[in-house]
Amino acid sequence: MSVAAETLAVRARPGAALRAWTFARRHLLTLYALLAFGYLLLPVAVVVLFSFNHPRGRFNYTWEGFTWSNWTNWDAVPGLKPALQTSLEVAAIASIAATVLGTLIALALVRYRFRGRAATNVLIFLPMSSPEIVLGASLLTLFLSLNVALGFWTIVIAHVMFCISYVVVTVKARLIGFDRHLEEAAMDLGANEWVTFVRVTLPLIAPAILAALLLSFALSIDDFVITNFNAGQTVTFPLFVWGAARAAVPPQINVVGSAIFAIAIAVMLANVLVQMRRSRAR
Amino acid sequence: MAFIHRHRWLTPYLLLLPGLAWLVLFFVVPLGFLGHQSLEVQNPIDLSYTFKWAWHNYSDAITTFNPQLVRSLEYAAIATALALVVSYPLAYWIAFRGGRWKNVLLIIIVGPFFVTYLIRTLAWETILSDQGIVVRTLQHVGILGPDGRLLATSVAVVAGITYNFLPFMALPLYVSLEQIDGRLLEAAEDLYASRAVAFLRVTLPLSVPGVVAGTLLTFIPAAGDFINAQLLGTPQQYMIGNVINSRFNELQDYPAAAAISFVLMAAILGLVAIYARALGTEKLTG
Repeated sequence: MSVAAETLAVRARPGAALRAWTFARRHLLTLYALLAFGYLLLPVAVVVLFSFNHPRGRFNYTWEGFTWSNWTNWDAVPGLKPALQTSLEVAAIASIAATVLGTLIALALVRYRFRGRAATNVLIFLPMSSPEIVLGASLLTLFLSLNVALGFWTIVIAHVMFCISYVVVTVKARLIGFDRHLEEAAMDLGANEWVTFVRVTLPLIAPAILAALLLSFALSIDDFVITNFNAGQTVTFPLFVWGAARAAVPPQINVVGSAIFAIAIAVMLANVLVQMRRSRAR
Repeated sequence: MAFIHRHRWLTPYLLLLPGLAWLVLFFVVPLGFLGHQSLEVQNPIDLSYTFKWAWHNYSDAITTFNPQLVRSLEYAAIATALALVVSYPLAYWIAFRGGRWKNVLLIIIVGPFFVTYLIRTLAWETILSDQGIVVRTLQHVGILGPDGRLLATSVAVVAGITYNFLPFMALPLYVSLEQIDGRLLEAAEDLYASRAVAFLRVTLPLSVPGVVAGTLLTFIPAAGDFINAQLLGTPQQYMIGNVINSRFNELQDYPAAAAISFVLMAAILGLVAIYARALGTEKLTG
C-alpha cells in the first residue's frame, strides 16, 4: 500500500507541477494585467490613504494614525479654498469656450471640402505635439511684449488654446461615424438647414460634445506647466500644490486630490453604465 | 441669412474663423515672439532687451546645456520604452479579454490621471522615500545597499515620467488593438499558425499605428517635462525643461530660455522625423 501511495505521490507531483504551469501560462496575461492595474492605482491609494493621516509634524510622509479631521476641515489651510475656486472658474470658462470653438472647427473639417483643409489639420495637430513648456513660454513672451497684465484672463486664454485641439479630435471622431442619411431625411421632410442642425445633427453629436467639454475641464483643472508661466499673482489649485511642495504638503491637499479623483471616476462610470444599458436595450 | 445663402462657399471659413483665429493669435504668433526673443541680447546695466540677430544665443545654449538636453532625450526614450512594455500587454488584455467590461477597465487606466499631476507625483515621492516600503524591501533583498536610495536618483525620475505619461501610450494602443477583426486571427489559426505566430504575423503588425501614435504622444511631453526631475530628482537629474523653467521664471534670462526652447523643439522634431522615416509612416497627423 505504501508503495502504491508513493508511486501515486510521485506521479501526482509532476502532474500538479504541469497543471500549475499550464494554469500560469493560461493566466499569465491576466496576472500581468492585474499587476499593471495595481501599479496604476498604487499612487491613488497612497493619496487617498494619506488624506486620512494624522501627521504629528508638518510632514505628511509616514502613517501616524487615522482621522476624519482633514476631510471635515479641508479648507483650514489658508489659500487652498480660493485657489480651488479660481481653478474651477478658469476650467468652467475655458472648457465652454474651447468646446464651442473646437466643435465649429470639427464641423467645418468633416462637412466641407475647402482650400486650406490640410493646413488646418496641421494647425490643430501642432499644439498637441508641442511640449507644454514651449507653449507656456511662448505665450509668456507674447504677453510680456504686449504689456498684457498676467492673471485670471491670461490663464483662461492659455487654457482655451491648448484645449481646442482635443475638442476638435473628440468631436471629429463622432462626426465621421455619422449617418448623413438622417439629415437628408429631415431635409426631405421640409426642415431647413438650421432646423436640421438643431433638431438632428446636434442631438446626435451631443455625447461627443459633452465628452469634449469634460475632457477640456479635466485638462484645465490639472494644468500646471502652462499656467505657471501665465498666472502672474493668481493662484490656481495646481500652483498652490506646487507652492506647498516646496515646504510641506498638508493632508488637505490629498483631500482635494481624492475628491477630484472620486468625482471624475463617478462621472466616467455613470457615462459607461448608461452606454451599457442603452446597448443592452437595443 | 440671405448673405450666407448667396455665399455658400464661405460657410466652412465662418465656422473655422473663431477657433483658428484663437490658435493663430495664441499659439502661432507667440512662437514668432519667442523666436524674436531668442535673438535678443540683454543689456547688463538696465536689464532691457535689444534685438541683435544674436545667433550665439543658440550656440551658447547648446554648449552650456548639452548635458541636460541629452539627459532629457535619454530619459524620455527610456520612459517611452518602459511605458510601451507596461501598456501593450495591458491594452491587449482589455481589448481581447475585456468582454463587456472593456470601458470600465479603461476607466481604471485613465482614472489615476484625474488625480492632479503634481499630487500623484508627490505620491511617488512618498512611495519611493527612504523610509518607504519599496526601498526597505529592496535593501532587505540586497538589490539596494544599506544606504541605497531611490528618491533623488535617475531611477525615480524615469519611473515618475513613465507613470505620468502612461495613458498617452495605453489609449492609442488599445484603440488599434480593439479595431483588429477577430476573423483575421481565426483565419490565421485555420491556416495552422500557432498562437505565437498569429500574434507576431497578424496582431503585432496591425497594432503598429497604435505603437507609433503612443510612442510619439509619450515621448514628446516626456522630453519637455521638468516636474518629475524637480520633485523626484536632484539638480544632477535636471532635464532641459528645468533649465527653461528656471531661466524664464526665476532668472528672467529670456533670450537664453527662448533659444533653449527652440533647441528642444528642433531636437524633438528631428527625432520624430527620423522615427517616422524609419517606420515609413507618413500619416502621422491622420
